[in-house]
Amino acid sequence: MICMIEMKGVYKTYPNGVTALNGIDVHIDQGEFVYVVGPSGAGKSTFTKLMFREEKATKGTVNVNNFNLTTIKEKKVPFLRRNVGVVYQDFRLLPRLTVYENVAFALEVIEESPNQIRRRVMDVLDQVRLKNKARFIPDELSGGEQQRVSIARAIVNRPRLLIADEPTGNLDPDTSWEIMHILEEINAKGTTVLMATHSQEIVNTIRKRVIAIEDGQIVRDEARGEYGYEI
Amino acid sequence: MKFKTLGRHAREGTKSVWRNGWMTISAVGAVTTTLLLVGVFLALMLNLNEIAGNIEDDVEVKVLVELTADEQQVSELENNLGDLPAVGELTYSSKEEELDELVDSLGDQGKAFELFEQSNPLNDAFIIKPDNPVDAVQIAEEAEAMDQVDEVDFGEEIVQRLFQFNEYARYIGLGLIVGLVFTAIFLISNTIKITIIARKKEIGIMKLVGATNAFIRWPFFVEGLILGVLGSIIPIAAVMSGYYYLYYNLQDRIQFDFIQLLPFNPFAFQLAGLILVIGAFIGVWGSVMSVRKFLKV
Ligand SMILES: Nc1ncnc2c1ncn2[C@@H]1O[C@H](COP(=O)(O)OP(=O)(O)OP(=O)(O)O)[C@@H](O)[C@H]1O
Ligand SMILES: [Mg+2]
Repeated sequence: MICMIEMKGVYKTYPNGVTALNGIDVHIDQGEFVYVVGPSGAGKSTFTKLMFREEKATKGTVNVNNFNLTTIKEKKVPFLRRNVGVVYQDFRLLPRLTVYENVAFALEVIEESPNQIRRRVMDVLDQVRLKNKARFIPDELSGGEQQRVSIARAIVNRPRLLIADEPTGNLDPDTSWEIMHILEEINAKGTTVLMATHSQEIVNTIRKRVIAIEDGQIVRDEARGEYGYEI
Repeated sequence: MKFKTLGRHAREGTKSVWRNGWMTISAVGAVTTTLLLVGVFLALMLNLNEIAGNIEDDVEVKVLVELTADEQQVSELENNLGDLPAVGELTYSSKEEELDELVDSLGDQGKAFELFEQSNPLNDAFIIKPDNPVDAVQIAEEAEAMDQVDEVDFGEEIVQRLFQFNEYARYIGLGLIVGLVFTAIFLISNTIKITIIARKKEIGIMKLVGATNAFIRWPFFVEGLILGVLGSIIPIAAVMSGYYYLYYNLQDRIQFDFIQLLPFNPFAFQLAGLILVIGAFIGVWGSVMSVRKFLKV
């Protein structure tokens, strides 16, 4: 098995003194599909943010897709991020760009040809059912629609690793399932998927590895786990 | 970077100019104000410089030889003058030549002096051009002390006034430069501050999607270039038409012939080019500086 993510003795303390991660050791192979569950404030988002260097670990080592994030040079970070698609809990769309442009941006940074860009962007927009809103700007979309744009952007360049922080948080059940199918499909094509979620239904229905985090520590790690929390 | 990507950056930069709306207008306004001042100042400085240069070129020391001096003594004097270190060019002008020149310079009135041709009352003279006009005074003093020298003439007043004037011009120029630089910095950094909040987040997102710093910087570069060029339109028009008016209307009324304005063509066009370049520079500089702080995400 080829290693995709490895963390050893990782601690994260934010500048304001909050310790979000408290000694994390984890190993995730290429091609895995992993749920990250746990109560609000447990450190799930922080855990994912370490993997594309949005945050730096205070202590410990983080390896992702053969990049050592503890020693990586600032100049190399963009190249790490190009292999990691991220769906953010708060979307992070470029407010002045249209839906189409937001998704295309991920391909523009890797200097894809305009023809390729057009084709792939239209493809993913179709996948997330947003083709008819391609010319809208994020402010003109509902929360669920913005989330789907964020997903489209994350998957458009077929990353090796897809990190999704509550990708179904704002979606109705039907759309949620569609998104899950997209994620499964991508996973089937070889992309490692890491998904933080509060959805008991999804975790218990599409059974995958489950990592549970509480108070910044991994308290459970099961190959075909369950959600395990009462709602 | 691929060539196509450059096209993308140009497109994005242009779009951004439109999208920024009133921000664009205020940035262009800042550049316009600065360039108007720079343009006027440049026109002034370059002309002053030219005038000063003209006068300095004209500085010469005339050493009049005693009427009684014989040939031997004249050539001795010539050697002595030639040995002075500050002397650039040394030419001998006989009294006949001196008279011719006097007659020429007086035009019609000069005809009267032709009578003197038989009994020329003028001295033979040496005309010295100093290497550096500032040394004229020193040369004059040293020449005055030599034998067989009747009189030394170097237009003392003009030279003295010129050097004083030149010094003032430089102080004024320096003051203006400092003032302009501060104005420009203030205006531009103020405008940039306004855009910072909106852009900080955008730049952060771009970086998270995998954009390199250069990729992010390029459209800003283009945007700054456009802002700078837009900002130079009014100053170029103003300075050129202003200079046109000055050159063609005022020039005739200025009596001193050493005050020659630089000719409209090509000077006004060179000035326009210079304003354009400075405008582009200010725009690019301001824009790229504004991004720099936010690239560390
Ligand atoms: N940028 C930050 N600065 C300071 N503290 C932070 C920051 N981000 C998160 N925290 C703190 O770190 C802890 C973990 O936050 P995190 O966002 O990782 O939780 P989470 O498990 O994702 O929660 P949720 O399920 O609500 O998304 C919380 O106590 C939070 O207040
Ligand atoms: Mg979270």
